[in-house]
Amino acid sequence: MDNSKSKTPDMSVTIAGVTLKNPVMTASGTFGSGMEYGQFVDLNRLGAVVTKGVAAVPWEGNPTPRVAEVYGGMLNAIGLQNPGIDVFIERDLAFLKDYDTRVIVNVCGHTEEEYLEVVERLAGESRVDMLEINVSCPNVKQGAIAFGTDPDTLCRITQRIKRIAAQPVIMKLTPNVTDIAEMARAAEAGGADAISLINTITGMKIDVETRRFVLANRTGGLSGPAIKPVAVRMVWQASQAVRIPVIGMGGIASAEDAAEFMLAGASAVAVGAMNFHDPYLTERVVDGLEAYLERHGIDSAAQLTGAVIG
Amino acid sequence: MEKCTTTVSTCAEIAETIYDLQLQLPETSRWEVRPGQFVGLYPGSAARLLMRPISICTAIKPDRLRLVFRAGGPGTKELAGLRPGETVDVLGPLGNGYDVEMLAGGRVLLLGGGIGIPPMLGLARSLTAADAEVTAVLGYRNGELFLKDDFERAAAHVLIACEDGSTGVRGNVLDALRVAQEETAHEVPADAICACGPLPMLRAVRRYAAERKLPCFISLEERMACGVGACLGCVVRTRAVDGHSHVRNARICTEGPVFAAEDVEI
Ligand SMILES: Cc1cc2nc3c(=O)[nH]c(=O)nc-3n(C[C@H](O)[C@H](O)[C@H](O)COP(=O)(O)OP(=O)(O)OC[C@H]3O[C@@H](n4cnc5c(N)ncnc54)[C@H](O)[C@@H]3O)c2cc1C
Ligand SMILES: Cc1cc2nc3c(=O)[nH]c(=O)nc-3n(C[C@H](O)[C@H](O)[C@H](O)COP(=O)(O)O)c2cc1C
Ligand code: FES
Repeated sequence: MDNSKSKTPDMSVTIAGVTLKNPVMTASGTFGSGMEYGQFVDLNRLGAVVTKGVAAVPWEGNPTPRVAEVYGGMLNAIGLQNPGIDVFIERDLAFLKDYDTRVIVNVCGHTEEEYLEVVERLAGESRVDMLEINVSCPNVKQGAIAFGTDPDTLCRITQRIKRIAAQPVIMKLTPNVTDIAEMARAAEAGGADAISLINTITGMKIDVETRRFVLANRTGGLSGPAIKPVAVRMVWQASQAVRIPVIGMGGIASAEDAAEFMLAGASAVAVGAMNFHDPYLTERVVDGLEAYLERHGIDSAAQLTGAVIG
Repeated sequence: MEKCTTTVSTCAEIAETIYDLQLQLPETSRWEVRPGQFVGLYPGSAARLLMRPISICTAIKPDRLRLVFRAGGPGTKELAGLRPGETVDVLGPLGNGYDVEMLAGGRVLLLGGGIGIPPMLGLARSLTAADAEVTAVLGYRNGELFLKDDFERAAAHVLIACEDGSTGVRGNVLDALRVAQEETAHEVPADAICACGPLPMLRAVRRYAAERKLPCFISLEERMACGVGACLGCVVRTRAVDGHSHVRNARICTEGPVFAAEDVEI
């Protein structure tokens, strides 16, 4: 007897051989290491927790103000403050050991060597399921341009990381480029197991009364619902350009937003700045996505990927 | 800590652009609030996605909050338009708050400047209840002395300073302390100081306390995104390496907003 219509949809997705119980992850830097939001949501219900970017040594980050609100979004210039890989492993990773969710560690560095150092340190950590490499960090050697804005540099750093990484590698792309498809192909050519996008879009806010920059850093990364159409477009372009899985993010505020990214070509999605607006959002997106699949008679979340018509 | 939908019981302008907002928490919510803690108020407009951090003036009951805020920018102006019966989303209680136990039984100076006055009211009540002798020194911009009557009931002594000289001492909270000393021929006695207000005032208060070797606790402000310690947006530079961040930065929303004055660089 065929009773498939009444079955609850299969929410699991597989990325680079790692199966997630559902496609909903947290966006790096918006969720700490899960500790803070664990009092609002059950971390066990999330597909993956993606941790705040971690470097080889502690980073102080930028002066304040570091955040500003803008119409439908926010700017941030945290400057990748982090306690360094040693504390991260001892405290944050240890905290996540008790949870039944995938752990993706976001990695940053000022130089290629710093990235490699972190990747190497994490190679022995069995709790780490995947690495996400934030190539939007300022490249000190090349005059503070991000590693991720030049396809050759991106390809090379991906290759070097892949050579020593024990876990599958996700290259996280910056939208601050002219041709996102070219960057996606460069990451794939370098051997990336997956790509994620978008990181924040560089923005600026000026207080017209005081005539001063609102952020101490002057520029900051724009995130939130204001960037969603750009992110959906880039996820679509990137997923058309490569065969490796794409993880989509940028302004997700609801299950419908998550579905939109998947239709555009994402295999999984991440919830970022909107956690600040609704600390329960990640779990709501999981529930809402399941309801969406049921409502549309779709058997599995994986079937949504790239299923836009036309 | 939770985010919940509260019902407005009162929203009244008690001085120019200063609003007294009283909120009823839902039936399932009972908050244990320490003086100095704050909440995040979410403006209703979806275009403004970040919460507005506002100190808890007093917790009238475990399910009833009083907040007093200045309507300055668009978000707080929108919140000022709330009417009784309408709802507003609130995240809280946030932050560490003051250590009332430590201050209990002593002589405590509470210094509030401008919109730093409201959080001192809840603290004054808790300290008085803990047998402290509270002197509240309130620094206003002008003669609109919001919350003065409440302080007179909550504190043993109340001193008033007004920037425009319309009532009390002309000047700020430290001018009020100086004048009180001149009038009584001795310094206002204190075992500890708690202060909330603009940065120049907090710097002067810190100096005043250091000169007298008094423990001093100050409440700080910074732009916030998450309010719960996750985004690292709201940090203050610290004297020593912070136990959580492992750099010289502490999160005001989590390790603060109340800090020992000598621990932070302001
Ligand atoms: C711990 C804490 C307690 C506070 N308690 C009170 C209080 O009891 N009463 C009161 O009137 N004010 C208080 N403030 C200041 C209050 O948060 C700001 O005045 C308010 O957020 C400004 O929002 P807006 O909509 O008027 O301005 P907008 O210009 O719309 O604000 C834009 C963004 O900047 C932020 N922002 C702007 N000014 C400040 C500021 N001074 N501090 C922090 N964030 C700011 C807003 O939260 C918002 O995210 C407190 C701030 C902090 C950090
Ligand atoms: C406060 C904040 C901190 C962030 N920190 C990081 C980070 O450490 N590493 C990283 O790869 N991306 C970081 N991001 C980018 C997000 O992970 C995400 O790519 C981006 O914000 C777009 O998604 P959103 O609009 O849902 O926030 C940060 C974003 C914000 C708002
Ligand atoms: S506001 Fe996010 S850490 Fe304090």
